Amino acid sequence: MDYSQFLAMKQEIGLLIVFLLVFLYDTFMPKKALNGTSVFTCVVFAIYTALCFCCCMTDTWATTFSGMYATSPAIAAIKNILNVGALIVLIQSCKWANSDEQVVRRGEFYELLLATLFGMYLMISARHFLLFVIGLESASLPLAAMVAFNKNRYESHEASIKYLLTAVFSSAVFMMGLSFVYALAGSLYYTDIYCAISTQPSAMLVLALAFVLAGMGFKLSLVPFHLWTADVYQGAPTVVTSYLSVISKGSAAFALLVMMVQAFGLVYSQVWEWMLYALIILTITVGNLFAMRQRNMKRFLAFSSVSQAGYIMLGIIAMNATGMASLMYYILVYVFSNLAAFGVISAIENNCGKVDMDDYNGLYRTNPRLSVAMMLAMFSLAGIPPFAGFFSKFFIFTGAIQQGSTAIYVLVLIALINTIISLYYYLLVVKAMFINTENGCVIAPFKSACSERLGLWISVAGILLLGIVSCFYNSLLELCQTYGIF
Amino acid sequence: MEKTMLCYLIPSLIMFCCGVYGFITRKNMIAILISLELMLNSVDINFVVFNRFLFPGSMEGMFFTLFAIAIAAAETALAIAIIINVFRSVKNVDVEEVSKMKF
Repeated sequence: MDYSQFLAMKQEIGLLIVFLLVFLYDTFMPKKALNGTSVFTCVVFAIYTALCFCCCMTDTWATTFSGMYATSPAIAAIKNILNVGALIVLIQSCKWANSDEQVVRRGEFYELLLATLFGMYLMISARHFLLFVIGLESASLPLAAMVAFNKNRYESHEASIKYLLTAVFSSAVFMMGLSFVYALAGSLYYTDIYCAISTQPSAMLVLALAFVLAGMGFKLSLVPFHLWTADVYQGAPTVVTSYLSVISKGSAAFALLVMMVQAFGLVYSQVWEWMLYALIILTITVGNLFAMRQRNMKRFLAFSSVSQAGYIMLGIIAMNATGMASLMYYILVYVFSNLAAFGVISAIENNCGKVDMDDYNGLYRTNPRLSVAMMLAMFSLAGIPPFAGFFSKFFIFTGAIQQGSTAIYVLVLIALINTIISLYYYLLVVKAMFINTENGCVIAPFKSACSERLGLWISVAGILLLGIVSCFYNSLLELCQTYGIF
Repeated sequence: MEKTMLCYLIPSLIMFCCGVYGFITRKNMIAILISLELMLNSVDINFVVFNRFLFPGSMEGMFFTLFAIAIAAAETALAIAIIINVFRSVKNVDVEEVSKMKF
């Protein structure tokens, strides 16, 4: 066996090393040094992220294990985006992980987080459905354990059991679809499937793709399959919620894009364009309508992330290099905006346990910096021009329109109308913080922890810079045009 | 009697549908877990049958089944652990008891 093929998996191996270092540190260091576990993890992971930026963008195409695993600079860029998000989550989690309640299982939290990230890497790089399923499961099972992490809070258990049962259900449905695909193609390699189903699509293929899309829809919380989202987001520890809403969703979107293009690309217009079309309209609209009536900030952001998933799907339905580049850019911006919002929520929750929107009344009077960060996050999520969110929405609409059919124009129009609806509920939060003061200020002034502030500064810098500096999108577009859609 | 593919696919389909039905209607979490196992096992049967009858030259479906069984076992272990946690906090494994968060 040629062991040099492992070198193509640089990023996975690097992550594995980070995982082992954290594990060894947590297991063998003396009690006193254990207080440094959080800092140690953040530093090691930051070094790893920086190394990935330096080394992995210069490679070319590589496939290993007889084509089961593939990587290219575009895929390396996707993984780097996920790394940045995970790094911010790690930094933000320091305060929570070191609280008295969590301190005994702090190490496990970091290990589980890195394990899920590893699963997501495999999902994105997989070119064979067996590897994909293994990645999917090793991403979603540790997440269920992370959701249950607040062992003394009932909500955490409820959220965890809901998440796990729906996740297993969805993967059973997904694998049922795969078995039909296998029956049609006789192989589980993406390329073999691509060649085998190039003839006129059969009813069985439609059924198989419906099952596969339903299974992935659960992971991405697209609308008919979104029912777990709000409950899980509310019950999970806020750090885990932010991880779930950003990294987990982003990786599933990339993996779905790769799978759809590589394995089912030829039957795009006959089979899955219309499925995705219906899913997008439902997801954006229903997500928005339900977000309006939420008073709990975490449930509110859950429905907001449901509707954001609809916009993310626009990048997949576009099926061209612009669509893919804009999908990557959208996720990058979404990482920063959503993590800024969750950073503020988690800082406030850690400090005084308040998570309702009414509690945010008059926040600007007491905690001006936090409210400005929250305002920037909301503006970015809603897509108000100078901030990054506007450009990401703009590019993703552009990518979809380039696909060219009339139906897509209608779809983009619906998405545009929904952007305006979403502006209403995002501004409700801003209004609560800056204008509402009738029942006094609920949250007293406080100083958030150093780690939380660092996480927020990075997120806010991302929101501002990504909007102003155009080179990010250009380099992503260049990558996607050079290497095609993977 | 000659055994065709349908002899195996129809029981597998029935298993899958029973699993879905059980997942939706059962109130006991352990019963829901059993329904999920039914669904996963019907997928395994499908893969083996397709491999055996349609593509006897390769072993891909069999290998997928092996991995799927391992994954199903991991899922069950984790689910049981979480159900025990739920039981500790509400003294019950009925899903109606764990519906505090709604809408």
